[in-house]
Amino acid sequence: MFQNIFGIHEQALLLQGQRVGILATNLANADTPNYKARDIDFSAVLAHSDAASLPMAVTDGAHFSMNDSGVPSADLKYRNPYQASLDGNTVEMPVEQAAFSENNVRYQASLGFINSKIAEMTLAINGQ
Amino acid sequence: MSLFSVFNTAGSALNAETVRINTTASNLANAESVNGDPSKVYRARHPVFQTMMDNSAASFDQEDAGVGVRVLGVVESTAPPLMRYQPDNPSANKDGYVFSSNVNSIEEMTNMISANRTFATNIDAINTARDLLLKTISMGH
Repeated sequence: MFQNIFGIHEQALLLQGQRVGILATNLANADTPNYKARDIDFSAVLAHSDAASLPMAVTDGAHFSMNDSGVPSADLKYRNPYQASLDGNTVEMPVEQAAFSENNVRYQASLGFINSKIAEMTLAINGQ
Repeated sequence: MSLFSVFNTAGSALNAETVRINTTASNLANAESVNGDPSKVYRARHPVFQTMMDNSAASFDQEDAGVGVRVLGVVESTAPPLMRYQPDNPSANKDGYVFSSNVNSIEEMTNMISANRTFATNIDAINTARDLLLKTISMGH
């Protein structure tokens, strides 16, 4: 029953945690010549997540389901700059800041869903 | 790579931008310094930034995506120093000329604004990562 209690939010939280790090790298290298900004392609990762793939067969109670095997592998892609800069850097501050804020909200949303699920389960266990 | 790597990444950027602001301050302070010998006059200094690649740069998987920035070195500007005729100046050469530093004040000011903005952005990134981590720690409470 508690196998997949948090649904996709468990993986989403891990992935968004990674994305914070990647976007922070872009922000840190905003002034580094020839640095190419990178990001995760979310829809591509979602297509490869376990919602789309086949789970392993569980024929015995002692078998583990391999559904929650951590983060789906996220391919890092390079960002296409709107405006090329002379030093070869493709970090565009407003784009990165917007992505950072958006990711921040998504992370907190996933956290909120998990928290409400925990509250729900606590209520069910306590029964009052 | 986790949220914790943000502290290292953004921290390295804060360090690099501090070096940049330091060189800018040094350049502005010496903008009006003069010398009778063109080879001894102060030259504008600028840091060169480089991405810190922990492992091989070929493998860009998420483990080594959390890379910061470092100062590769500080280079001196090769622009020629300005020559001025000031025979009253004590450091003038025998023809009455002094050489003043090749610091471009406008360039330095824009550099300072850019460094300031990047510094503030990285502080924001650290604060955001800290907030998210604290909220994650208190999950379920």
